[in-house]
Amino acid sequence: MLFNPLRNTLAAMLAGGALVFSGAALADEPVKVGFVYVSPIGEAGWTWQQDIGRKEMEQALGGKVVSQFVEDVPEGADAERVIRDLAQQGNKLIFTTSFGYMNPTIKVARQFPDVKFVHSTGYKTAPNVATTNARFYESRYLAGIIAGKMTQSNVIGYVGAFPIPEVLQGINSFTLGMRSVNPEAEVRVIWANSWFDPGKERDAALALISQGADVVTHHTDSTATVQAAQDEGKYAVAYHSDMKKFGPDAQIAAVTHHWGEYFTSQAQAVVDGTWKSTSVWGGLKAGMAALEGIGDMVPQDVKDLVEQKKAEIIAGTLAPFAAPLVDNEGKTRLESGVLDDDGLNSMNYYVQGVASKFPKQ
Amino acid sequence: MDALAALVASAIIAGTPLMLASLGLLVNEKSGVINLGSEGLMLVAAITGFAAALTSGSIALGFIAGAFSGMLLSGFFAWLTVWLGANQVATGLALSLFGVGASAYMGIDYVGATLNSERFAIPVLRDIPFLGQALFRQHPMVYLSMVLCLAIFWFLQRTRAGLILRAVGESPASAHSLGYSVRRIRLAALLFGGACCGLAGAFMSLVYTPMWVEGMVAGRGWIALALTTFATWRPLRVMLGAYLFGGITILTYHMQALGVPVASQILSMLPYLATILVLVLISRNANWIRLNMPASLGKNFNPNT
Repeated sequence: MLFNPLRNTLAAMLAGGALVFSGAALADEPVKVGFVYVSPIGEAGWTWQQDIGRKEMEQALGGKVVSQFVEDVPEGADAERVIRDLAQQGNKLIFTTSFGYMNPTIKVARQFPDVKFVHSTGYKTAPNVATTNARFYESRYLAGIIAGKMTQSNVIGYVGAFPIPEVLQGINSFTLGMRSVNPEAEVRVIWANSWFDPGKERDAALALISQGADVVTHHTDSTATVQAAQDEGKYAVAYHSDMKKFGPDAQIAAVTHHWGEYFTSQAQAVVDGTWKSTSVWGGLKAGMAALEGIGDMVPQDVKDLVEQKKAEIIAGTLAPFAAPLVDNEGKTRLESGVLDDDGLNSMNYYVQGVASKFPKQ
Repeated sequence: MDALAALVASAIIAGTPLMLASLGLLVNEKSGVINLGSEGLMLVAAITGFAAALTSGSIALGFIAGAFSGMLLSGFFAWLTVWLGANQVATGLALSLFGVGASAYMGIDYVGATLNSERFAIPVLRDIPFLGQALFRQHPMVYLSMVLCLAIFWFLQRTRAGLILRAVGESPASAHSLGYSVRRIRLAALLFGGACCGLAGAFMSLVYTPMWVEGMVAGRGWIALALTTFATWRPLRVMLGAYLFGGITILTYHMQALGVPVASQILSMLPYLATILVLVLISRNANWIRLNMPASLGKNFNPNT
């Protein structure tokens, strides 16, 4: 126990500098990469997408990496133990794929300076901890356009998990996209107060539908909202994964995220010994956020419009959050220019077009 | 109007598992046994029923499997309490905690799997304005649970067997001296109650969500227990209370969507507050208690002493 870190350090110094030794020392042996998942992989959802990314990384790098994962790890004390276990088992790169793993990741990273960590959706970094996130809101804007075109009742239901910036970016961007094609339509929000509770998500979706929503979407992890829409003969915008399987007649589009390329680049950098701590927040352009699974019921001209707007977002000529940005109580939130990342990360209001009242803290 | 009909329809669906479990517990308690394990029974039945339905492709089989698993666990409970004389409250609590863990373990492979929900409606009646949407487009189990409620009412009030069951709950010693087997009658009541809790759990995973999630019963077993007291041990009041409690949850969502600021936490306290209120009210009047609460509730009976 005592000797191993010492020997590693010596080996590293011999290899010529502390940065180089991160797994490159043994070129023939594959680099071990660990993943920590917050929920079971299941058949759709956040963790499902992470696991697809993991498999794509393994495939892309052939025999250069081997990966392992631990699923359904609660955010908290258990997470720290699992992350430390993975580091002790010799993983040289560890992806911790949920917001609540941020502090445990930083803590374990301090104890294992020769292991690289990539934490998802957080904001703390360290010399051996990088962060990543996807600009889901860019795809949400496009989904809003489709929803705005498809709605007959001009009421669109949105099931949210918690009123935090990440979720609010999605709601607001979706609303702005919807309003850009249909200024009459409004969005109603119900908070499920849970990331994953199919019963609550379904009840919330049904409540929205009964209040006249003919398109529903969700920022929660289960397929319940899409299934509810399917059962009620309404439309749905799926989140995380393409959920056509769960709502073949309901899904008009799916807001998704893809991690394969990013995971691959990180693992490749560790193999090459060139890894550096970065903060990557990739959107449509990077292919990390996407809009897919557009249903056959969506008319061609709407599909064309979405393609056009997507190209504009990628080209940088269209920003979902551009001035003037007015919240739904009439207060101007952005006078000029485009909302920067700090503005995005501190979002705490609804834009005009959201009919619900922002929940008071 | 449509929103109101939808609210009624959702309240009935949300109330159905509460009613099923509560009816079973009511029969248990009428025989003098209180089973605090309902939460655990429902969870185990939810995963058993879900696994059975997913494997066999038959929802009906899922319900049968759920009911059977509930009977199995309550049979175990009966052996511990009725035959070995274990404390009912402690055993029930243990069963509840066991069910939480056991169901999570049994369900590992089923998390994220989904059943396709089917649509049901009663022909002709479903097209009545308002009532059709509110009442006549439910899963058959919803109607079955209503029939069950009436059947239990009839059984307890109008049949000889029901009278014997109540006698066992009131005074097991008297029933014993009249030649009735208190133990067998209590076992039968517990098995029936277990089957009801099983149906309730299976309803959660087969119809309500329909999928399996760890801990998905989310306290409904406890609400069902509170409901028997709230209803002062009367089946028809159980039905009313179940739909009322079910409706409260649904109402929170409707109010949110309409922009009415209500803390959902306060509304989730309501079933328990209402139960405490009823307890206070019936405790003030000795006659009410004597009329409704089984006199030997929670007391074990040993025929050999």
